[in-house]
Amino acid sequence: MTAAPGSSTRARPPRPKDAPRGNAAVKRVAFGVGGVLLLVALWELYKAVGPAEGVVVGDLTILPRTTDLAMPHVWDMITRLFGETGSGRNAVPVWSAVLEASAFTLGVAAVGWVVGVVVGMLLAVLMQRFRTAESAVLPWIILSQTVPLIAIAPLVRRWGSQLEFGDFTWENWMSVAVIASYLAFFPVSIGALRGLNSPDAIHVELFRSYGVGWWKTLFKLRLPASVPYLLPALRLAAANAVIGTVVAEVSIGLRGGIGRMIIEYAQQASGDPAKTWAPIFGAIAVGLVAAGFIALLGVLLRRYRRGEVPA
Amino acid sequence: MSDAPAASAAASPASAAVASAAVEVVGVDKIFTGKKKATVTALENIDLTVAPGEFVSLIGPSGCGKSTLLRLIADLDAPTAGTVTVFGKTARQARIDQEYGIAFQQAGLLPWRTVSGNIELPLELHGVAGAARKARSAELLALVGLSDFAESYPDQLSGGMQQRVAIARSLAESPRLLLMDEPFGALDEMTRERMQTELVRITAETGAAVVFVTHSIPEAVYLSNRVVVMSPRPGRIRDILTVSLGSAAERTEQLRENEAFFENVSRVRELLHGEAPVGIRGVETR
Repeated sequence: MTAAPGSSTRARPPRPKDAPRGNAAVKRVAFGVGGVLLLVALWELYKAVGPAEGVVVGDLTILPRTTDLAMPHVWDMITRLFGETGSGRNAVPVWSAVLEASAFTLGVAAVGWVVGVVVGMLLAVLMQRFRTAESAVLPWIILSQTVPLIAIAPLVRRWGSQLEFGDFTWENWMSVAVIASYLAFFPVSIGALRGLNSPDAIHVELFRSYGVGWWKTLFKLRLPASVPYLLPALRLAAANAVIGTVVAEVSIGLRGGIGRMIIEYAQQASGDPAKTWAPIFGAIAVGLVAAGFIALLGVLLRRYRRGEVPA
Repeated sequence: MSDAPAASAAASPASAAVASAAVEVVGVDKIFTGKKKATVTALENIDLTVAPGEFVSLIGPSGCGKSTLLRLIADLDAPTAGTVTVFGKTARQARIDQEYGIAFQQAGLLPWRTVSGNIELPLELHGVAGAARKARSAELLALVGLSDFAESYPDQLSGGMQQRVAIARSLAESPRLLLMDEPFGALDEMTRERMQTELVRITAETGAAVVFVTHSIPEAVYLSNRVVVMSPRPGRIRDILTVSLGSAAERTEQLRENEAFFENVSRVRELLHGEAPVGIRGVETR
């Protein structure tokens, strides 16, 4: 900085980023693990001290029953994961069946997420470009989310089955993906619209002064500026896609995924209560993988998440 | 239009442009229509000519329309009446042809781009090749004394450094006209005075005409060849004062202690307030 002819301002060297963060990361993991352990402890504590028939006031059960049927021990749930699915010849360990179903659900959810993100982004870009499109489309986007999933599932399935071109045939998993995308596009379109409109007036005017058109402004200014708004929206979309897939698997009756497995295992709950929890763990794992993917995306896009210190 | 080469000064038809003024504002009115059709006359009957290479400051109290006038020249707003001509072209054509560079009160750097990335932004948008961009940004970084910070991000710089990057960016395409809207308004006094000295040097080196909006009297006097004093409601030009404090080389830090400097400051103050100067430092009575 001595070389600079008019080093008028304090010439701070670029500060080392992420240096003191190692400790914080360990802390965060510890808190996460602690939270899970606390939940387990609460579960077991209530199971130990709670009345077997639950707490009932009048006819209303306010706290659940603590029998092994209603609340199996956590260790039973985990041991059950390593047992066999049944006694037949096709029996496999429960964890492997759950893993397979989770992978299937994750795949369908990913397709739904991608379709939802693409549709959501296109809608947001359209609404950013044309004010009239925003007033025409935005209410419908919000209304779309008030339609219950179970209502649209059969419709999507029926419409899909009528699609036919060449060798292409509509399959049930596609219906499930469509329903997942129906839930996923909503946060993306809202978040992206906010993000696309987020550049300061000064930036927009700067691009205007450069005489560049709307498309270049979109790619060089609006899209990069929208990243901080987009990432939470993508995370919500991922969660929605997973939930949408699980629910739609049930309502469409698609075999092979977690949704169907939850129903099947729940039917065996009276004889094998711990088994019911296996696909629920699977659903949680799918959600964690989806969230992890978005976190990875956030790391890749970290350049676009820097805030400018105001002058 | 976006294919205009970076060195637009060299590429434009010099024969026609040299003769015309850098900026010519004739009979301009600007009326803003607010809600319920309430109108605000921001500018009324403005005439102003800026010669090539001339440094002109617009000064006046808040609401006198000095920023609005700058925005009309930049074609960020359109006048209600009258014409704005930049190098013999309409303001719109001049904007499309990249005849001017602009800097605002906020640096307005893109936080996801490095310092050199920000300076290269206009070049990149207009399709200048990578190697030429690198060379140009290195040159400009040296000009504003930030060569060591090429790969830093804006959030790692102080306000004054960010502002210098913004000025470098406005110079990227070697414009013959610089439009500056209170670029030092958010800086502390010491940084501000250094930036002014640097700006004098930079404009002398580049030979660009400058239209400079400010509300600081010493700043206007120190920098300008002419100071345009404006009055509010409606925004009008009250008077134009020619400041002759010598060439860029003569305008050093000592100038700020100079009698002629104080005299001009007093004259601008007098024009602004429309009354006799409040004598400071024994300015001789006239």
